Amino acid sequence: MKALKLDRNAIGQWLSAMAGERDIYVPAPDGPAKGTWTLLTDYSMPEIKPGVPARPVKNFLFPQPETLLKFSTVPTDPNCCLPSEPEENGRKNVVFGVRPCDARSIGLNALACKADTYYQANMEKNAIIGLTCSQVCSTCFCSETGGSPMGTEGCDVSLTEIDGSYIARAMTERGEALLALAESSGKEVTDSDISAVEALEEKARAGSDEIRNPEEQLRAKDLMELYNAPFWQELADRCINCGACTFLCPTCYCFDIQDETLHGKGRRIRCQDSCMFPLFTLHASGHNPRGQKIQRVRNRFMHKMKYFPDRFGPISCVGCGRCVRDCPVNIDIREVMRSLLHI
Amino acid sequence: MSTVNEKITEKIRSEAQRLLSSGEIAAFIGYEAGSLPMSVRPFVARKPEDASRLVWNSFCVLNLANYLPALLKSFEPPRRPGDPPPEGPLPKVGILATGCWSRNIVVQIKENQVDRDRVVIVGVPSRGMVSARKVKEAVGERDIQACTEEDHSLKISGEGFEQELNRWDVVRDNCKTCVHPDPVIYDILIGDPAGERQVQDRFAQVDEIEHKSLEERWDWFADSFSSCVRCYACRNACPLCYCPTCFVDDSRPQWVGKSTEQTDTMLFHILRAYHCAGRCTDCGSCESVCPVGIPMRLLTKKLNKDVLEMYGSEAGMSLDEPLPLTTYNPADPQGFVLTEKSEKGGDR
Ligand code: SF4
Ligand code: SF4
Ligand code: SF4
Ligand code: SF4
Ligand code: SF4
Repeated sequence: MKALKLDRNAIGQWLSAMAGERDIYVPAPDGPAKGTWTLLTDYSMPEIKPGVPARPVKNFLFPQPETLLKFSTVPTDPNCCLPSEPEENGRKNVVFGVRPCDARSIGLNALACKADTYYQANMEKNAIIGLTCSQVCSTCFCSETGGSPMGTEGCDVSLTEIDGSYIARAMTERGEALLALAESSGKEVTDSDISAVEALEEKARAGSDEIRNPEEQLRAKDLMELYNAPFWQELADRCINCGACTFLCPTCYCFDIQDETLHGKGRRIRCQDSCMFPLFTLHASGHNPRGQKIQRVRNRFMHKMKYFPDRFGPISCVGCGRCVRDCPVNIDIREVMRSLLHI
Repeated sequence: MSTVNEKITEKIRSEAQRLLSSGEIAAFIGYEAGSLPMSVRPFVARKPEDASRLVWNSFCVLNLANYLPALLKSFEPPRRPGDPPPEGPLPKVGILATGCWSRNIVVQIKENQVDRDRVVIVGVPSRGMVSARKVKEAVGERDIQACTEEDHSLKISGEGFEQELNRWDVVRDNCKTCVHPDPVIYDILIGDPAGERQVQDRFAQVDEIEHKSLEERWDWFADSFSSCVRCYACRNACPLCYCPTCFVDDSRPQWVGKSTEQTDTMLFHILRAYHCAGRCTDCGSCESVCPVGIPMRLLTKKLNKDVLEMYGSEAGMSLDEPLPLTTYNPADPQGFVLTEKSEKGGDR
């Protein structure tokens, strides 16, 4: 596949060439929206901090909220109460500077969202330009979940910084077409560029993480033994059952569906929901199968580490460390994973 | 030489150990060390040997009173709504309390969420807690790998940097403007009382926003709350929020929409703040736990200011004082009541 070497200038030109076709989003470096994905308007290489931005890339795959359909509630309207498709602005996006962990989450979620036409359409709409990591932060553990700081899974184009320039590698046909727009500003890659990237990949693989491919070990374990493990109570003691971990997690994909109407116009939206909330499982009868905190805390981890791998193969966690970083009570999924592996 | 916090830690451990082994309490709510720099975790010690895990430092930002009503309830025999309260003495719970946390416990007692006779309050005068967010900003948002705390400084380090910060510079805004750092109610006091603090302009942050024009205030509200993810960590970390079903979770009727669109987010924040009026102690728990740094505490701080100015009351200062917003006094100010005659958009 195509690869180019782009200096910062060339990146700027490439961004402005892509902006003709697509809206480009990058993580906001500061201001009240810091860490959220914002529309790029100044076409130069944006400042991207080490580690993951506050918001995961799933915000493009599960827009908040996403309108599923529209309807009218005016009785005289011949189409009253009939669903119609929401109008689209037709613009496609480039999400730029996506870290390998986040990029990898797109494919993992797709395993559960195979039949979700909205998700599939959003995958179609959003091209991902990844940026590999030269620094592994204190909360990063991608390598322990099957990823890598040099990972390219889920990316259309993957960028790797080497001495202030970027080696851009197309990973998909869509990426190939996007990278073609950089042809005029970029340089051909040399053998030494390629071996520099390979050396970084090798280094990332050699990192001495304790855990490799936990999914195999977890799949082999007895579900009920993990479910009845002794440590859940201590986690439940401190968990405040907020949505910080799930809402910021790139691989949490659960949603709620709501009908909203105003002045005779209605829409059906979906917005994210969290298994940490009691309402998540509340039945219309009033019964709640996960009515206690311990049941909800356990569910989040069991879903990621056992139910998901049992059903789909990999664990449903890319090791981005957002939940570790943002949990108000320091519930650290790395410890939970180790505890589960030791059972 | 051990630091102030190390000495407090020692005393907390020995008191908790004593209370747990004598059987006086069934559980003790404190903090233990966390897995990241600047992180501690709320911890319920249930056995005497657990006491050695307890710690105290400048990062104990989540108000522990938050756990009290539910933990007490967990020691009661299950009962249905309407059933008589259980007979006989029920197990007690020990809890750490700074000035504001103790005031929240007072509020919980007055609102019948906590039985005074079932809590052993271990008071700790507060030196002000540190905002991890401020520390991160102070080191240019670099990845922090270690933090060591001295009495008046913090040493922060990470890949390729080491920086020393003055502790007070990174203390939370609510703590900087706190005038009651000592617990107002306790059974055991650890450390030396700090005494009432003199603070100039304790409502300066609120005044700044009040002085803006209507449009500017709207812009401030819209901008500062735009990245809220509706995770409700602010609500769930607050000791005032113990409702079995919060208004945001009600579906019949549904008071507020579920999405992160502006109207829904703003409505959530306005309602949450008003539910805390006359009850909030400005403990800062809500603001500290927010994963995206929304300044929602300023809304409750504004209400604290109003309640103080209009009713002369500060939440949780004593067990005897009536609750300001559930007590009617004919002399209460009425100026904010909207009538047909009152000016549209008038301030009060
Ligand atoms: S978890 Fe891995 S891929 Fe994600 S930011 Fe950290 S080093 Fe990069
Ligand atoms: S694990 Fe942490 S972030 Fe997640 S619900 Fe519990 S307290 Fe909130
Ligand atoms: S579970 Fe935590 S570490 Fe894993 S992907 Fe989600 S936020 Fe990232
Ligand atoms: S203000 Fe912060 S803590 Fe509260 S709901 Fe919004 S994002 Fe969550
Ligand atoms: S609203 Fe915030 S500051 Fe006030 S008592 Fe609740 S957590 Fe503390």
